[in-house]
Amino acid sequence: MTTITRRELLLQGSACIVGFSWLGSVPQAHAQTAPQPARGALPLNQLDSFLALQKDGSLVIYSGKVDLGTGHRIAIRQMVGEELSLPVSRIEMIEGDSALTPNQGPTAGSSGVMRGGVELRQAAASMREGLFALAAQRFGTSAAALTLENGRIASSDGRSIDAVELSGGQPLRLPMNAKAPLKSPSRYTQVGQSLPRPDIPAKVTGRHVYVHDFALPGLLHARIVRPPTLGATLQSVDESSVSHLPGVQVVRMKNFLAVASADEWAAVRGARELKAQWNGGEALTSHEGVIDWMRKGPFAADEDLVNKGDATRVDALHDAPDLLKSTYYWPLQSHASMGPSCAVADVRTDGATVWTASQASHRLVGACAAALGLDAAKVRTIYLDGAGCYGMNGHDDASVEAAMLSKALGKPVRVQWSREEELGWDPKGPPQLLELSARLTPGGRVDAWFTEMWLPRATANLAWIPLLSPAAAGLQQPTGQSTGLISQNGDPPYGTGAVRVRVHWIDGSPLRPSNIRAPGKVGNCFAVESFVDELAARAKADPIAFRLQDLANPRGREVIERLARLMQWRARASPSPDLGKASPARGRGMAYVHYKHSETLVAMGTEVEVDRSTGAVRVLRVACVQDCGLMINPNAVRAQVEGNIVQTLSRTLYEETTFDRSRVTSVDWARYPLLRFPEVPSLDVELVQRIDQPPLGAGEAAAAPVPAALANAIFDATGARLRTVPFTRERVKALLA
Amino acid sequence: MTRYRLTVNGTEQQVEAWDGDMPLLYALRNALGLHAVKFGCGLGQCGACTVLVDGQPQRSCLLRLADAVDRQIVTAEGLGTPEKPHPVQAAFIAEQAAQCGYCTNGMVMSSVALLAGNPKPTREQTQAALAGNLCRCGSHDRVLKAVSRASGQGKAP
Repeated sequence: MTTITRRELLLQGSACIVGFSWLGSVPQAHAQTAPQPARGALPLNQLDSFLALQKDGSLVIYSGKVDLGTGHRIAIRQMVGEELSLPVSRIEMIEGDSALTPNQGPTAGSSGVMRGGVELRQAAASMREGLFALAAQRFGTSAAALTLENGRIASSDGRSIDAVELSGGQPLRLPMNAKAPLKSPSRYTQVGQSLPRPDIPAKVTGRHVYVHDFALPGLLHARIVRPPTLGATLQSVDESSVSHLPGVQVVRMKNFLAVASADEWAAVRGARELKAQWNGGEALTSHEGVIDWMRKGPFAADEDLVNKGDATRVDALHDAPDLLKSTYYWPLQSHASMGPSCAVADVRTDGATVWTASQASHRLVGACAAALGLDAAKVRTIYLDGAGCYGMNGHDDASVEAAMLSKALGKPVRVQWSREEELGWDPKGPPQLLELSARLTPGGRVDAWFTEMWLPRATANLAWIPLLSPAAAGLQQPTGQSTGLISQNGDPPYGTGAVRVRVHWIDGSPLRPSNIRAPGKVGNCFAVESFVDELAARAKADPIAFRLQDLANPRGREVIERLARLMQWRARASPSPDLGKASPARGRGMAYVHYKHSETLVAMGTEVEVDRSTGAVRVLRVACVQDCGLMINPNAVRAQVEGNIVQTLSRTLYEETTFDRSRVTSVDWARYPLLRFPEVPSLDVELVQRIDQPPLGAGEAAAAPVPAALANAIFDATGARLRTVPFTRERVKALLA
Repeated sequence: MTRYRLTVNGTEQQVEAWDGDMPLLYALRNALGLHAVKFGCGLGQCGACTVLVDGQPQRSCLLRLADAVDRQIVTAEGLGTPEKPHPVQAAFIAEQAAQCGYCTNGMVMSSVALLAGNPKPTREQTQAALAGNLCRCGSHDRVLKAVSRASGQGKAP
């Protein structure tokens, strides 16, 4: 039996189906899950893995990548609908279900449209080509004489037929054709339109079903009891301490401890009131000790990532009398999701189903199977929306915890993390330390540049990020760590003559790391684009003119030049000529990124006020010009840019995960503050539409230049340079003192 | 088990609970299936669980069930539906003022309460009124525009 046929069986009611209808998500869970047919991965070279024409002429998209609140649901429909000339209202979409969708990789790295969408678009083009071949055969005409509109294929001689009549509503059994011709951009009617997202009406009226809202008959609510110290050993548990709470059961597996009850409040109180004795644990470096730790190692390796131009000029920097050298630091940060992580699992002897908000539901299958001791073919993961996670937060942990507990208790289990767990135990964005050196030519250009980075090293080929509870329970796990690609964009995006980027890879990390939005690029661009500003100031040059003199990329020049117009930028060197005169001090700054040196181009500008007496920074305005190639849905792209700006202002101004020798201490919104409404600046976003270019990512790039644009504006206002994030009042005040 | 009489979205409801100290949030979500109300922190710090109690926005994660008896409680479900949204919800849809949407419930409820007392708020007044509502996705600017739209002032500058 082919995998496609198995999927059809699953869809015909043998198991749980969660589809996403046009007006919101309508999960239909059939509790009496029949034994699931064994399955293998849906093949990526078959178009039936991605698309299925229905008997009513509508289309189902099977997307391995998921909508994380980004507009993926509408953009993918537009890309596919465009190729098949089908309106988005006739397209359904199933996302991130490991049994129904092909594994297109995790939804990360701004790849949803750029790779996932492009793949689905090619599937749609393959489908059109296949339908035309069938119709040409039927009509005895050439495929060139055929057109497709709203599910009907017409021949130039006037005959026509419904596409579904050709396929009979059956899988087409055609290979993906990487060369199937794509529609000409000049004929686009859907791509490039700001169609509304299908999920927003249900989200705004409280009907959208998040993983937090999903329930099954007989469900038990569980809470995990975390140790007081990272890595502590559980000595004893006094179950009688929760015997007064209705239906509370205690589950212990070595150092994994949890409570569960059919009554959620009983589980909440159970986790609070359960008496347990813990011993020992790991000694952490506190957050104040991270920079020292990074300088000391242990180091896994040194690596030169970039060596460009005359190496002797970089070597000569070492003892150049006019050397400029600065150190930048980006701290550990939490994903800080608004909804603490949650998952639901139903584990039976013949198989397991896990409802998850993981960004990597396919990869999660392996982690669940390992924790359950089941064959991966017996585990199905189904994506449901969570709270925006912006990298791997606790969703994967919660998913495996729900599976472990469902197996132990023999019932469906919902695990809901607390606020303290989410901020304390989610894997953290890793710290970054950068030391930058450069000197100028007599003409005021960069002669040589050296970036030295200290970064936690990601483990090669890690099957999945080690999870908390399997480790606590003594279950086998991969060893190693993951960080996302954090070493990119460590070199300036300009035609600087001689450049070296060297990274000192550190073994381990102060807390378990994972990818966080625009991994590493936010910290690296903060350092690089702040340092470019330092060099411009030394050259007494206007920061924009200084950048443009060595920027050849015409698309890069365009976003910067448009930003200058948007901001009515007056060419002059920083700091501001009003330095010391105005109160509060006012300044402007900008930064530029060519994401990964190959993707989206962004120019970002800020205008700020700094109160010298309190150290308070007020961001008045942020202006941004972005070119991410072809925009499928410009308003959805705009939302991503706005989100990148506001979220990264928050990360830059306020956010650092703090910890002492035993545990994370920034575990609520008072100790891990986010930017609030009164601090939201006015936003001016200009988007460049490149209708004939490939689509690039929009989910991350605009985050990268925000911190430097802000630091550069603060320098312009005050003449003082912030090189450590977050820019708290205390830090700014101390710098200005 | 004790029975608590609540008025939710205009309908009288009986909720059984073993602990009157249980936050209203759990009664709404689990006993009444009103999932618009989101658990965000349980500390009254984020606003995701906001409901209107006698017209005032309150954090249902802190309000004891026993203290909610005989009060008029409104959740986002009680305001409108996807097909017939409340004017504030319609403005959120028009401005596409949500990303993940987890915090949106609180944004909507706080905005409804704001507009009830101040039908034409300035951007600054709206910012102040929503200061206790956190959002991670950075949808703030769109939320401000949605409130402006709902107040009949068109798009905020």
